[in-house]
Amino acid sequence: MHSFARTHATEVALIAVIAVICTVLSFATTNFFSIGNAFDLLNTSSVNIIFAVGLLVVLIAGGIDISFAVAASVVQYGTAIALGWIGGGGWISGLVIAGSIGICLGAVNALLIHRFRIISIVATISTFNIYFGLLMFFTKGVSIYDLPEWLTDRVVLFEHETADGSWIEITLPVLVMVLCVVATWVLITRTTTGRQLYAFGDNPEGARRFGINIGAMQFIAFGWLGLMAGIGGLVQAHYAQEVVPNALYGRELDVLAAVVLGGARLGGGKGSVLGCVLGVLLIAITQNGLNLMGVSPFAFKMIVGAIILIAITLSNTSIERLLPFASQKGARR
Amino acid sequence: MQQLAITGGSEKPLLSLHDINMTFGGVKALKNVSFDVRPGEVHCLAGENGCGKSTLIKIITGVYRPADGASIDYDGETYSHMSPVTAQDRGIQVIWQDLALFPEMSVAENIAFQTVLGRWPKLVDYGRMRKIATDALERLGITLDVDLPLKEYAIAQRQIVAIARALVGEAKLVFMDEPTASLTQSETDHLLDIVRGLSASGVAVVFVSHRLAEVLEISSRITVLRDGALVGVYPAAGMTQSRITELMTGKTFDQQVRAKSRPDQPVVLEVKGLSRPGQFDDISLTVQRGETLGITGLLGAGRTELAQTLFGMLQPATGTITLEGKPVHFSSNRDAIKAGVAYLSEDRLSLGLIQPQSIADNLVISSLGKIVSGGFLSDERKRKLVAGWIADLGVKIGLQSDAISTLSGGNQQRIAIAKWLATDPKLLILDAPTVGVDVGARAGIFDIVAKLAETGLAIILISDEVPEVYFNADRVLHMAQGRIVGSYDPRSVPLAEIEGAVYA
Repeated sequence: MHSFARTHATEVALIAVIAVICTVLSFATTNFFSIGNAFDLLNTSSVNIIFAVGLLVVLIAGGIDISFAVAASVVQYGTAIALGWIGGGGWISGLVIAGSIGICLGAVNALLIHRFRIISIVATISTFNIYFGLLMFFTKGVSIYDLPEWLTDRVVLFEHETADGSWIEITLPVLVMVLCVVATWVLITRTTTGRQLYAFGDNPEGARRFGINIGAMQFIAFGWLGLMAGIGGLVQAHYAQEVVPNALYGRELDVLAAVVLGGARLGGGKGSVLGCVLGVLLIAITQNGLNLMGVSPFAFKMIVGAIILIAITLSNTSIERLLPFASQKGARR
Repeated sequence: MQQLAITGGSEKPLLSLHDINMTFGGVKALKNVSFDVRPGEVHCLAGENGCGKSTLIKIITGVYRPADGASIDYDGETYSHMSPVTAQDRGIQVIWQDLALFPEMSVAENIAFQTVLGRWPKLVDYGRMRKIATDALERLGITLDVDLPLKEYAIAQRQIVAIARALVGEAKLVFMDEPTASLTQSETDHLLDIVRGLSASGVAVVFVSHRLAEVLEISSRITVLRDGALVGVYPAAGMTQSRITELMTGKTFDQQVRAKSRPDQPVVLEVKGLSRPGQFDDISLTVQRGETLGITGLLGAGRTELAQTLFGMLQPATGTITLEGKPVHFSSNRDAIKAGVAYLSEDRLSLGLIQPQSIADNLVISSLGKIVSGGFLSDERKRKLVAGWIADLGVKIGLQSDAISTLSGGNQQRIAIAKWLATDPKLLILDAPTVGVDVGARAGIFDIVAKLAETGLAIILISDEVPEVYFNADRVLHMAQGRIVGSYDPRSVPLAEIEGAVYA
């Protein structure tokens, strides 16, 4: 346990912060501390978690991506059109189409970064503008409401009425989210490719000396985020039951903040799936709690910003500074 | 581990290079060099920066391809050039100076990194990784927690991790590029023990180091290169440091004690009872005008913390600092600079100079006030100021606007000194001024230090290499565990006595 706390300082800190916030909220509000609310949170956070684990892979490989959220919007339109061509389709064909378009959009970023040596933040700010500009230009800002029925029908995989009368529901987005989380966890911790991604993000020159294929690393990282953006986009369309061109605009910064909060480092080589999920949940719980407490939604962003700052400060400094013995062996000079 | 008897000379070499030529953009980096390494020997490759050592290593490891006509005989086969893959497959490993490790990953993963290589994804076998790592560390007689991220360990242990990683690749020949550059004396001793152990188990080690004492201690033979040409191959037995220096530079340096006494000179700096808990304790010292005070001691003795306190970067808990008779309290190094203290930091490359910026910009960074004209920085004044210092210190540069990173270590160090001299200091603190600087350039730096002292500057010279302070300072203080434990006059005490006290 001691060694888990040392190697997973961020995760431990996040769990502690979440526990504190939950305790406060359960005293401050009447319905926060209910199982129904917990599952509600999971259902609403699914899309962000899918995006977050995709972005995590890019951050681990030492990159950053601003464009994935609008890319997900592009995927929504592309998929809706393609489904129209094939006459409706279903979940399987929908996910395949959405995932493929997503991977292509991610590959564009990887190509710009690897082939033309553009640093990732500049490349993806450009593609962010290009994707969003194209989307608004071709859709003229018009939303799509006549989606195939299978896509707009709520799929409840499990439901159960609790003793206090609230409903526990697990919906399809949660299942997709769990699959994405597990797949990402397997990729980055259990496969050699994942470890190469970590190594590349940690010390690119060192990775190059070992003959790791740098180009492949970029395509895998941005391709994976593209895949997650595609899947997340389709799930969001399902959840919202409509496709609105600017529905995901701005989501990239919320997700980025959550992933960094979860311990991923801008600069690469660091970050875990658990931390990433906890980061998204911490923000979701805070928003949910504020909502239940009747705080004005206009104050949300401000409070969430403050929580992010406090949590990051805690997770970066407290373990090492407040508990000096935890890093004694570090003996840095 | 025990001392290894040197293997005889009749053995067939493991590696033997002939007619190696290498040209970079019209400049001959290597001229007809030959080089051989015997199985299990420790062979030192010596030469000044830019003599072709690294080029030679890169040819052997397949990074560069030598000009036609070269032959590389290695372990029974002849190659016209190597490739990195062949070199690794055949057991040639390099431990680069920057180690090429992954600090965020676990020790086990760093050591067994080759198990995660390969084009197609496989599942990672952490159990096997841990076993490989533990076995490799065991072979070196070291215990580390292989599950911790590497960043938790200090540079000395990282060095060992890099060696362990080389062993995993079934190494027959290991190149070590400046492995001791950032190690303390005891860590260096430990590393040398490990090198002896490797050699005893049949692994040949080619050792590159600027520290000639350890070169003589560890190697059986020494190959000296100068300006890309082979000077010769010499047995280490019977070799001396000054002889190697001569061979490397083609010049003779006779080191003489420079110490003098200056009875009439006023005291510039007086420190009384200075303490910072856990770092240094009850330090009292004085430095006169024109005097060079040497401070030596092992890494971690509190020397650098003391220097940073005198420079206002750290605040003392107790004690007084008096500069030219006036007590001073520095709340930051800006105050110290204003009062006439200059500090040349230990880690010049990361802290002292801004590598991508130009030579001129680096030189004026601490004295921008002097090149202001009418409220704006004047390029003309800057050019004149820079030209003056470059001439004074004999720095070899191309253009003032060239990036500082284009200069050699010795010339960079001169620019770093000039940067501080431009602030008109009364007291100059030099902290390990020759780290990463080769022998010829070191002598040049100390000539400058001696000249500066002649002009009346008070100088504190800090170094963990005792001979450096012994030959270049007027008095030598020995610091250990935060205290001054000895004071020596180089004119009356032999070098060996001080070395004995410091390295004991």
